[in-house]
Amino acid sequence: MRYLPLTDGDRTSMLAEIGVDSIDDLYADVPPSVRLDGLIDLPLHQGELEVERAMKQLAAKNLEAGAAPFFVGAGAYRHHIPAAVDHLIQRSEFLTAYTPYQPEISQGTLQCLFEYQTQVALLTGTEVANASMYDGSTACAEAVLMARRVTRRKNVVVSGGLHPHYREVTKTTLRFTEGKLTPCPPAPDGVEDLAGLIDGETACVVVQTPDLFGNIRDLQPLAAAAQAAGALLIAVFTEAMSLGALMPPGEMGADIVVGEGQSFGNGLNFGGPNLGLFATRQLYQRQMPGRLCGETVDADGRRGYVLTLSTREQHIRREKATSNICTNAGLCALAFCIHMALLGEDGLKRIAQLNHKAAIDLAGKLQPVPGVEVLNKTYFNEFTIRVDGRADRIVESMAGQGVLGGVPLSRLCPDREELADLILVAATECTTDLEMDQLAAALGKAVAS
Amino acid sequence: MNRQGRPTAPGLQAQGANESFNTHTGHRGLEHEEPVIFEQGAEGRCGVDLPDPGAFEDCLGGLNRHNEIGLPGLSEPQVIRHFVRLSRKNYAIDLGIYPLGSCTMKHNPRLNEVIARLPGFANVHPLQPVSTVQGALEVIDMVAHWLRALTGMPGIAMSPKAGAHGELCGLMAIRAALEDRGDARQKVLVPESAHGTNPATAALCGYRVEAIPANVRGRVDLGILRERLDETVAAVMVTNPNTCGLFEDEVIEIAEATHAAGAFFYCDGANFNAIVGRVRPGDLGVDAMHINLHKTFSTPHGGGGPGAGPVVFAKELAPYAALPHVNAVDGDYTLIEHQAPAAEESKSFGRLTAFHGQMGMFVRTLTYMLSHGADGLCKVAEDAVLGANYLLARLKDVMPPSFDGPCMHEALFDDRFLIGTDVTTLDFSKALIDEGFHPMTMYFPLVVHGALLIEPTETESRDSLDEFVVALRGLVADAQSGNTARFAGAPYLSPRRRLDETAAARAPVLRWSPPATPEAAE
Amino acid sequence: MAELRFTEEHEWIRIDGNEGTIGISDYAQEQLGDIVYVELPAVGASLFQGDEAAVVESVKAASEIYAPVAGEVTAVNDELNGDPGIVNQDSMGAGWFIKMKVENTSQLSELMTEQTYKDMVEGLK
Repeated sequence: MRYLPLTDGDRTSMLAEIGVDSIDDLYADVPPSVRLDGLIDLPLHQGELEVERAMKQLAAKNLEAGAAPFFVGAGAYRHHIPAAVDHLIQRSEFLTAYTPYQPEISQGTLQCLFEYQTQVALLTGTEVANASMYDGSTACAEAVLMARRVTRRKNVVVSGGLHPHYREVTKTTLRFTEGKLTPCPPAPDGVEDLAGLIDGETACVVVQTPDLFGNIRDLQPLAAAAQAAGALLIAVFTEAMSLGALMPPGEMGADIVVGEGQSFGNGLNFGGPNLGLFATRQLYQRQMPGRLCGETVDADGRRGYVLTLSTREQHIRREKATSNICTNAGLCALAFCIHMALLGEDGLKRIAQLNHKAAIDLAGKLQPVPGVEVLNKTYFNEFTIRVDGRADRIVESMAGQGVLGGVPLSRLCPDREELADLILVAATECTTDLEMDQLAAALGKAVAS
Repeated sequence: MNRQGRPTAPGLQAQGANESFNTHTGHRGLEHEEPVIFEQGAEGRCGVDLPDPGAFEDCLGGLNRHNEIGLPGLSEPQVIRHFVRLSRKNYAIDLGIYPLGSCTMKHNPRLNEVIARLPGFANVHPLQPVSTVQGALEVIDMVAHWLRALTGMPGIAMSPKAGAHGELCGLMAIRAALEDRGDARQKVLVPESAHGTNPATAALCGYRVEAIPANVRGRVDLGILRERLDETVAAVMVTNPNTCGLFEDEVIEIAEATHAAGAFFYCDGANFNAIVGRVRPGDLGVDAMHINLHKTFSTPHGGGGPGAGPVVFAKELAPYAALPHVNAVDGDYTLIEHQAPAAEESKSFGRLTAFHGQMGMFVRTLTYMLSHGADGLCKVAEDAVLGANYLLARLKDVMPPSFDGPCMHEALFDDRFLIGTDVTTLDFSKALIDEGFHPMTMYFPLVVHGALLIEPTETESRDSLDEFVVALRGLVADAQSGNTARFAGAPYLSPRRRLDETAAARAPVLRWSPPATPEAAE
Repeated sequence: MAELRFTEEHEWIRIDGNEGTIGISDYAQEQLGDIVYVELPAVGASLFQGDEAAVVESVKAASEIYAPVAGEVTAVNDELNGDPGIVNQDSMGAGWFIKMKVENTSQLSELMTEQTYKDMVEGLK
């Protein structure tokens, strides 16, 4: 067994040192009735070659994004990740380190987290950010819990433009707590009266921009309405890349900004692991969930970093913690941090423009296709089209033609018949003109058939 | 021909040179000081080459970004150097034994990393048509199959993103099942030795938490548990093997008593690595258990995640598991992402995360499972237990263990051996850093004074264990012989000395800010 | 004249008329170590005897402070926001947490006198 250093000789002599005859003696506390006699019915160990062969066969059964014209988004986006990112996150010292509980020998991880927190705060237009959550959807749920702590109110208003997964996760998280969650129905044109739903019992309003359908929302009037009623505005994004082109939610008055950061440094990975970004006002920093890294000095007066404000956390506060989270998405945050460092001010703004331009070009190519209508007036790198026919069948038909043509809304909202002819289509800096033409052709064919 | 010779032996002048002189740069040889990245940028510099999008009319509805973001501009070589320098300030399992009890820092096989990066896994979108991701669904189904077989439990939820998320999944299923049978219960019993996530999770599920004390043998006090079990108890959460590194030898009685009271038995599976392949939790009467794939199945800890925490369920709880589920019929895989209206067989409490769970971790886990096989996983548990007991045997004359008898995969000591030395558990642990080791878990579990919890894992060689023993025994001797100076200020030889956590918490600085005036930046 | 009483949870209350000033004892601040944050209630909050009135945090611990008697919070010590270390320096004086309008001064008789408290702390050492 290539991963086990002990030889049979070692085992024998170690047992002797312990003073027992066999390994079974060390399991003496296990009641005899539940000790297994033999091996569990599973395959035996294999060498690297055999395992690699088996896993490659499984991988080959998937159509990967790079092997087909690709327009799938809806909360996970295909972007080019610079080669340096993966090289750096595979450094042993990053990959195989634990949570930085011993700051003297974890300054690498800690300084990266400090830089990451700064990047997230800058990007979202807020004052402080935490060291990451599992993903955008759980960050959203945690933001709602935090807003209830801050306001000491219970009720939650949720925009219909919030990604249905995010809405569902929030609903699940609140399921066994007091308070009312009021979701608006999804509106493809992005028009809804959220301000009208806020009252004196409202803890927060949750709104996404760009929203599920790709519309860009002006949060400023809503922020003012929430503030006037003593509620918090939680702004959500599922495409962090948009922050390079759009007025940041914090600048528009959002109190908590959360979202998915996968687009920077992290691959699609079939939807996991992801990276939950979480940022807010400094005023609320002690109410934040998750790990926080802070600057301090060491015994010699040198600048250094530590995990801080840990009395908020489960390992100290136990049932009174701000969240039950322990493990977060450290390595994904590092990948984000490195990608962001490579892009810098100019690179980020430019790549965001490239994404936006690709979507505009794509909309221009799809609008003329018979039986297809682009719905959005505003969008970043993803928009909604209405098709003649059932969207799920058309997407499946395009897949049959080797084109991954987007996400039918019915995949996310199967109970909403009025959305059954809508498809979300995303373009990024990876999308070529040729692929756009291929989509237009495949879509035309699928709609016509 | 070059006739100029130069000295090739150290020479007299090198001997006795003062090691503590200050350098002009602040660097010390290979140990580089590294400024924050925001202090290094220059305008107009970029680490990626991107085409010029040219001029075009945007569709942002006037909500464009107007202000500078404030990100520094760096080239690729600068970025690489920055992060490589930072990486060298970290301890890592690849550098040496990482004996953090309860954390299971074992070797991360590199094959797993290679496989996870195959484009067929890494570059697949979660919302592609199901017909184009059959291999991905098969991976999820295979991992589920292995986990069910290894635990002897028929139900599973694969989506939880980490251990605490798995606990939430398990407790929510329990609460949903109880409410389904019209049985509202108010509290969860948790041993006082439990991980902090247990009570935090129970609270998130709307339950009151009651602590159960440990008995003198470091196990759940069965008598007290029985007294507390009544019709108000929803669940008992027990870690087994527990956080004292001991197998709960009355686990079957605990399960029976729990069930007799109409409650469910939740097992925190953080320490499953000690028994994998040798004991099936389903046989112990466990109703739900999360499995930290980043512990037992060695997906990398990555400086704090990502992890993965699938949950296995007994038959009664299985219908309540979190969405989504993967179904397999004759080699054809489907994905159940939504609650079918009025579906009898599925009463899921809902969705816990966007998409389908930690695919990247599933791929690594499956690779690990296939590499080890049923036989290798058994050896993993046995060698982990053997290593911990070996450390216990070699240390017990100088560091008395907190409890008698063999331990499982980790050995628990308390600070009795430090009484009268003026050295605390913290000082002692920090001194280990100077010896080249990461400290063990300290001050946890809370049931013994000044706890030191050591988990070596199965991937340490005997030489590595012996070296660690030498360091520990040496430090014990130092402490007991009054050589306390090396403890009080420890560590001395790390990239940073002890950090001022009080200052950090009193006035938190959670982000970099530019110097107040332009002059100050020079 | 002011009367000083203590609780078993190491809170003190100094009563002047029906105004009570509340803080933690010197023994408590010493046990907690460097105090980094004190979470104070809202002025106007009404508390029952034994209600959580504040939370005092050191780097590695958080402890709830309970109202020794019932009453309404009339003032909180804002100085602690800027410098929670005051509690370590002067826990019985400048490091006070809250002032309350005490509902029923007879509840004071359930609390310990300074001497009884001192004896109790001696027993703990």
